[in-house]
This record gives sequence, structure tokens and C-alpha cells, in this order.
Amino acid sequence: MKVLIPSPLLSYTKTNRVEAAGGTMAEVLLDLDRQYPGLRFRVIDEQERMRPHMRFFVNGKQVFDLGLELRPHDAVHIVQALSGG
Amino acid sequence: MSRTSKTRPSRTKASASRTRPAPARVPARRVIVLVATRKGAWLYHGDASRRTWRVNGPHFLGHIVHHVVLDPRDGRTLLAAAKTGHLGPTVFRSTDLGRTWKEAVTPPAFAKPDEGSAVPARSVDHTFWLTPAHRSEPDVWYAGTSPQGLFRSADGGATWAPFSGINDDPQYRGWMGAQQDGTPDGPKMHSIIVDPRDPRHLYFAMSGGGVHESTDGGKTFAPLVGGMEVVEGFDAATITFHDPHCVRLCPSKPDRLYQQNHCGIYRLDRPSKTWIRIGRAMPKAVGDIGFPMVVHPRDADVAWVFPMDGTMVWPRTSPGGKPSAYVTRDGGATWKRLDKGLPKEHAWWTVKRQAMAADDRDSLGLYLGTTSGEVWMSRDEGLKWSRIAQHLPEIYAVETAALR
Repeated sequence: MKVLIPSPLLSYTKTNRVEAAGGTMAEVLLDLDRQYPGLRFRVIDEQERMRPHMRFFVNGKQVFDLGLELRPHDAVHIVQALSGG
Repeated sequence: MSRTSKTRPSRTKASASRTRPAPARVPARRVIVLVATRKGAWLYHGDASRRTWRVNGPHFLGHIVHHVVLDPRDGRTLLAAAKTGHLGPTVFRSTDLGRTWKEAVTPPAFAKPDEGSAVPARSVDHTFWLTPAHRSEPDVWYAGTSPQGLFRSADGGATWAPFSGINDDPQYRGWMGAQQDGTPDGPKMHSIIVDPRDPRHLYFAMSGGGVHESTDGGKTFAPLVGGMEVVEGFDAATITFHDPHCVRLCPSKPDRLYQQNHCGIYRLDRPSKTWIRIGRAMPKAVGDIGFPMVVHPRDADVAWVFPMDGTMVWPRTSPGGKPSAYVTRDGGATWKRLDKGLPKEHAWWTVKRQAMAADDRDSLGLYLGTTSGEVWMSRDEGLKWSRIAQHLPEIYAVETAALR
């Protein structure tokens, strides 16, 4: 599926649109980390929680559950949220 | 920032002072000043006389960089503790003085708690402090985090693991306190110290949570807070009430430690376990509150502080808007003001606990960074100061190293 990457992660992916595979959000993030080592820990902490200023959208709807099931043609957007000045 | 990156050096010169330096009695090694800020890191390369400084940076522009340290054991490996407003905490490593950086494969991260654990799960918000280990352990580093956690790398900073049992020890977790017991941007593990005579003899400090010592290589730690005062009305027997700001061991006399605390300046001479409040000898109008503590590498009677206003609502700015370092040359019995060259008035500086350092030259150089983005240095142990950089972001840490 297509994943939109926010600018803070471009140093990993070099492009803002990448392909990743997985049946859940968690699997997609693992696949992204396999392709771009180190990326996952910058957005998901060691207790499997989304980091405070990262947001995840599937088909335009915000999701909070990494176990959410995904279909192959879903569009995943990773978004940087407000984090101060 | 990805796993690898490059930074292009710039040749911009910082300002130079016309002060003639004292004659060098130790073969001069070039000094590099490592400045960590809320928006990136900058490296300042001094010429042989420390009069002119070549700036190299920014490194990690936009990253919140809490500490940059050069490994004195090889003279070329840099570690930088970084995160961004959005991205989680990591550690970068360079073996070519910052020309290229490589991200840690496994940055410091807390373990997942065991099922039924009495202590709640925690996540590292940022790595705050980096300490190279003993000379006999060339690839070993220690890291202190916020919230308070102790971590160790045995491969030069590539992979990190929780160190000692304290991170999940119920008693230590109690002493670490909650978010409210820490500094405004999170409770800190800091001042990780390795005894140069014994790699198994370690100290660390926590804001809040006291000073702690291990004599068994980190297997166990015990509080070392005797004599330390706490805020009036609280019980000094409660470890979590202790707020050491910065602790330093004297390399020339490793049984001596100095400490700048939320409640005064202290000295400890081991094997004693009782800190002595040497800040009582500071001028009453200035007080003995501050963040940094600097010790002389060759004379254990000499140490410097940079006092701040700890009255009323705690502005944490230079008392009266008149910044000054203070030096003791007799182990804290007396103190002397060192403000020549610094602004005389209306300079409301804050110098954070990691933002003041010495080099190893003779005459000794002192360096400090302000939260208003200026770096100042003295080539004569603080007798006269000059500015070597300005217009930087909020400075979190200033470290020095000697280049080979």
C-alpha cells in the first residue's frame, strides 16, 4: 500500500511516497523499518505507543490502534502534528 | 535525520580577543568546543592560541541536541544525543569529527515491564547525558535519560541497553519520583561519573532523586546524600527531595567531588559520606545556587560555579543581571568573583548544568554557553572573558576536547 511520509522522516526514505506491506498498521510500520532502518523508533516508542506529535491516518481517518487491520489498497498517511516553536 | 548524514563545514570565523594568553607550559593541543542547542549542534575549532575559532555546523539543524561529547580515549569519536519536536530520541555517532554521522541501531529505550510489574512502563523522552567509560573499556559509554534511566553501550554507541537494575527497581523508581519531581522539561539522570582508578566505581545524580554510588560495576547503587540540604520544610532523609544539579569528580584527586545543588554548593572527600556545604562562603547577595560545576583537571582545590538567582520564583538568571563566574582555590573555603569582560549589567543569563566546561590547557581555558545563544571563553582560568559566538539557539551543553 502507499504510505505518505512527513518531512521529518525524509532523511530515512528520501521521498514522501513509499510502498509498504502489512495486514495491520503495526506490520506496515515494521515493514517501513525493514526498508528504512531506524524509522519506526522515531515514531513509535518502546512501549508500542505512538509518539506524542506523530499522527496516523488511514484513508483520511485518524487511527490510534496499531492493531487496526488494513487492506492492500488503503492509503496510509503519517503526519507530523504540532510540537512547539 | 536518518542513519547516516553529512555536514558541510563552514569557515566562518568567530570573534577574537586581543588579550595575550599566558605562556603555555604544557604542549598545546588544539581545543574543540562542542555546543549542543535546542536547534542543533555546532563545533568550534580553536587555533593553537585559542584566539580564533572556526565554526563547523550546524549539525542536525532543528534537532533538540542535549549533549555532544568527544571520546577522550580515541580523540575522534563524537556522540550526540538528539531528538526533534516530532521524532523520538536517538544517538548519533561520528568517527570523523562530525563530517559524517551514523545513527545508533538501538538507541536508549526502557524495557517493557514484566507482567504484573509494580512499576509503570516508561519511554525515553530524550537522552540527556553521555559519559565515556573507563580507559580500560574503550568502546563502553554510559547514557542518562529523561525520565531518569541509566543505559550502557559496549560497542561505541551503536547499540544501547538498560544498565544496572535501577531503571525498574521499585525503590529507585520511588526515588526518581513523578514528572512533577523533575525539571520543567522532564526529570534528568545526569553526572554519570567513572572513577579513573576503577571502572567498577560509578556515580550518578538525578534531578530529582539524589546522588548515588556503585562499587560493583553498577550491579547495585546506594544513595550518597549525607549532608545535602533540601528545600526548607522537607525531610532530607527522603531521597527524592534531593536535587543535585551537577556533580564533578576531580581527576587529579578522585576521592574529591564537587556538587552544585538546588540547595547550595558542596564538596565531598571520600571515604566520607557527608557532603560539606562550601557555598556558605559565597557572598550573601549572590548566594550559592546555580546549575554548572567545573573542576580543575590538575588541582583539586580549584573549582568554578556560575551562580543564578534562586530567590522568590526562581528566575534562574544571573543575580542582579550581572553575570559572573566564581572560583575557589582552596577547596571552597573562599570564593572570588570572575566577571572581567562579561556584561556589567542587564544581562539576564541562564547557564545550564552542562553548559560550562574547562579545557586541559595550561593556562586553563573556561567556556560557557547561555540560553540566549552566546558562547564565552576565558584563556586564563576566568580572569578575563571574551565572546566567541552569538546568535545561536538556546544552549543546552558546552563540552571541550583536545584534538590529537
